[in-house]
Amino acid sequence: MKLHFDVPGDDFTRAGEASGQVKQKMKQLGFPADVVRKVSIALYEGEINMVIHAGGGEVDVDIDPHCISLLLTDHGPGIEDVSLAMQDGWSTAPDHVRNLGFGAGMGLPNMKKYSDEMEIESTVGVGTTVRMKIFNP
Amino acid sequence: MEYLDADLLYGEELLDHEVHTACGSDMMSDVLAFVKDQAVLLTGLINPQSIRTAEMMDMTCIVFVRGKEPAPAVVELAEEKGICVLRTQHPMFAACGILYSHGLRGGGHI
Ligand SMILES: Nc1ncnc2c1ncn2[C@@H]1O[C@H](COP(=O)(O)OP(=O)(O)OP(=O)(O)O)[C@@H](O)[C@H]1O
Ligand SMILES: [Mg+2]
Repeated sequence: MKLHFDVPGDDFTRAGEASGQVKQKMKQLGFPADVVRKVSIALYEGEINMVIHAGGGEVDVDIDPHCISLLLTDHGPGIEDVSLAMQDGWSTAPDHVRNLGFGAGMGLPNMKKYSDEMEIESTVGVGTTVRMKIFNP
Repeated sequence: MEYLDADLLYGEELLDHEVHTACGSDMMSDVLAFVKDQAVLLTGLINPQSIRTAEMMDMTCIVFVRGKEPAPAVVELAEEKGICVLRTQHPMFAACGILYSHGLRGGGHI
C-alpha cells in the first residue's frame, strides 16, 4: 500500500500528522507494536527535520507486509556534511527551534537507530532525500 | 497522580490506568531516543509536539510542569490521541522526584 503526504513548511504544529496517520494505518493492518513504533518515530523525526530545517517537503510511504519503506524529499538548503549531521548532538537549530523542544541533534541518529536501512542524499542549495527501510520479520 | 497536586486537563476515564514508568525532558528527540515503555512524559513543553511525541512513543499520560497552560488546541489533540493530560505547579525536578518517591521508575530494567 502506498501513501503520500505533503508536509507544509510553514506550520510547525502540523508536523507529525503524516507519522500519526501512518501509525494508525499500520495498527489497523495489525503490524506488531514495536514495528509500528520504529516506523512512527523514524518518520516523525524526518518530518520534523523537513519542517524546521527545509521549509517542508513530501513523504512517500510504501507499506508491504515485510518491509515498510519511507522516502522523505525536500527542496531545502541541503546538508553540507552528512556524516557530521549524523553525529549525536550535532545541530544547527537556532534558539527559537530549541524553545519548541527540538535541536538536541538527536533526530538523524534516532532515525538511523530505529530504521533497519537508511540512506541520505543531500546537495547544498538543492535539497535532501532520506530513504529508510524498516523490516517486519 | 494526585501526589503532584495536578489539575486534570483531559482524560478522566483514563485516570485509573496504572503506570509504573516515566521520563522527563524538554527536548523531544531525547525522549524519542530511548524506548523503554515509559508511560508518562513530564515536560515543560506545551506545544502540540509534546503530544505527538507521546503518541509516537505509545505513552498514555503527559504532565505539564511549572504550571504551564497549554493552548486548547493542544488539549484537543491529546483528546484525539487518547492521551491523558495533567498540569502541576511543581517544576520539572521536583515533579520527577515526587513520582520517583512514589515508586515510578525510568522504565526498562526493573
Ligand atoms: N532535511 C534537512 N534539510 C537540511 N538540513 C537538515 C535536514 N535534516 C537535518 N539537517 C541538518 O542536520 C542537523 C542534525 O539533524 P538532527 O535531526 O540530528 O538534529 P536537529 O534536528 O538539529 O535536532 P533534534 O532532531 O534532536 O531536535 C540539523 O541541525 C540540520 O543542520
Ligand atoms: Mg531533527
